[in-house]
Amino acid sequence: MLLLSSTLALSSLAGATTIGFSQVGSESGWRSSFSESVKREAAARNIDLKFADAQQKQENQIRAVRGFIAQRVDAIIIAPVVETGWAPVLREAKRARIPVVIVDRNVQVNDDSLYLTRIASDFTEEGRKIANWLMQKTEGKCNIVELQGTVGATAAIDRAKGFNEVLSAYPNAKIIRSQTAEFTRSKGKEVMESFLKAEQGGRNICALWAHNDEMALGAIQAIKEAGLKPGQDILVVAVDGVPDYFKAMADGEANATVELDPHLGGPAFDVIAAYLNGDKDIAKYINNTGELFSQDTAAAEYQKRTNK
Amino acid sequence: MKPTQPCADSLQQARLARYSPGSTKASARYLWPLAALMLLLAVNLLLDAGFFQLSFQDGRLYGSLIDILNRSAPVALLAIGMSLVIATGGIDLSVGAVMAIAGSICANLLLQADLPLPLVIAAGLATGIAAGLINGTLVSYLKIQPIVATLLLMVAGRGVAQLINQGQIVTFLRPDFAWLGSGSWLGLPVPVWLVIVMFGLSQLLLRRTALGLFIEAVGCNATASRYLGINDKAIKLFVYAFAGFCAALAGMISAADIQGSDANNAGLWLELDAILAVVIGGAALSGGRFSLLLSVIGVLIIQSLSTTIIVSGLPAKFNLLIKAVVVLLVLLLQSDKFRRQLSSWWPKLRKWRKGGQP
Repeated sequence: MLLLSSTLALSSLAGATTIGFSQVGSESGWRSSFSESVKREAAARNIDLKFADAQQKQENQIRAVRGFIAQRVDAIIIAPVVETGWAPVLREAKRARIPVVIVDRNVQVNDDSLYLTRIASDFTEEGRKIANWLMQKTEGKCNIVELQGTVGATAAIDRAKGFNEVLSAYPNAKIIRSQTAEFTRSKGKEVMESFLKAEQGGRNICALWAHNDEMALGAIQAIKEAGLKPGQDILVVAVDGVPDYFKAMADGEANATVELDPHLGGPAFDVIAAYLNGDKDIAKYINNTGELFSQDTAAAEYQKRTNK
Repeated sequence: MKPTQPCADSLQQARLARYSPGSTKASARYLWPLAALMLLLAVNLLLDAGFFQLSFQDGRLYGSLIDILNRSAPVALLAIGMSLVIATGGIDLSVGAVMAIAGSICANLLLQADLPLPLVIAAGLATGIAAGLINGTLVSYLKIQPIVATLLLMVAGRGVAQLINQGQIVTFLRPDFAWLGSGSWLGLPVPVWLVIVMFGLSQLLLRRTALGLFIEAVGCNATASRYLGINDKAIKLFVYAFAGFCAALAGMISAADIQGSDANNAGLWLELDAILAVVIGGAALSGGRFSLLLSVIGVLIIQSLSTTIIVSGLPAKFNLLIKAVVVLLVLLLQSDKFRRQLSSWWPKLRKWRKGGQP
């Protein structure tokens, strides 16, 4: 009896924790590095990770979570595809006494005791951080053109909200043109070309603010082709922190970005370990907003990100 | 000598009836799309006074008009291919995905050290032709409906491109390849030249040989044209391969433009823009008559509209609505029935106004 209980205790302490992870899919470079980072972190902590790729479908995710419950895993991590429709399966997990951690996107449930906690970066905070940097750099005097993300996307709405919040305190800074470039590089280039033409060849523009790095990278090419120097004649700020953007910053063609941290695995495993060890006092939202990077550290960061 | 004269006359007449660029009917076909294009450009001028300004900068012309031409290039190439496919009564939904595949193939080949540029371009074009041959075989020899046959590659093709790129955006630093997308020659951007060359060659091929006539015949009535001795299957196979070739060229331009291959977004939904352009150009989806020039004008209308929307400063959420309304208006203007209706309302409207004012 003693032997049995001690082996049980050993198995749970010695890292034989089984965790199910339901991921959205692999639709972008950011998403792939997110998955990779969770897997690497799990291996380093000797966690038995059951990884399920939902291929962007919620029904696959729900099926995967039910599978995890049936296998009686110790905890479940969900990176949800959509916000709604999670209450039934979360209730099943709760009944089975399996803690669920939500990462990245949000879920909408009336009863927040259905999940342990949510770990995500705050898009509004990202917008605020980059706006603060820009306002400091330009001393609050700047004509900004904005490349929005896909119309209606949470990332686009909240990043714009945070940015504009900061901007409202500076009467001499304003957004003079704003249009969607759908989060893509080619649209970013196309829209920026038109902005440059419409604003006297870009002489009227002090800074470009893009809701993600990809659009900024396209716009940088448009600025160069217009005969201006991106990063000097027109400041470039964005959010995400993809490797190509670090390279652009190292080359002096972009100025700053706030990283959308793909390393959500570590904090999630920390929280789960704390909970399984008896810590029941866990906040419902853990802010994981990334750092702001500028040209000073860009070259070193690019090295770090390409030689993994 | 005398008896042959009427015969030659009627032959001449028949020729005129077939292709008579100067006849009233033909000019009406060109009138409305051109009018729509001019109107859009005029609206742009109102929104931005410097719209028609062209300057010469770094050895190339620079201005909004050049931008419109340059940005139109990929869709214009797609539309040239799509015109032929639609003329046979088919449709090719896969061209956007083929763009992504060709772009990813080229980008990955460019990462291999020291592959000569012509080889990379040839590989990209061969990919497009291969994709087109798959579509064409499914449609002509296996008798699968075009919309279904090409839907396969539309969905799967993007997946193939993502596999080739391994889920990443593959970027390359090759100025020689980038020249295809962002270089310029004799003041004009290279993509514009590529469209001009492609347009010229296609026009020669289609109108200086019987090929164009064969394509229209197959589109009007495939069975009848088979009895006339036209190999309708080979014609269909050719038009899909041709559309694939055009799509590959378009894909290489857009990859070269951003110096990277973005499998998720390259050419996304552009097949629909190409179809729309062909329809704005007055071609019937049921096949038959086509005009490459009108299709290209259709593309210019769509692209001018995008520029108008960007320059207008309206919130982004209105973009698609504006596009839909303008396209609807252009299509209505081209409809004979609608114009007749409109002109029959006009006198009534005047009468009503006169009656209303004592």
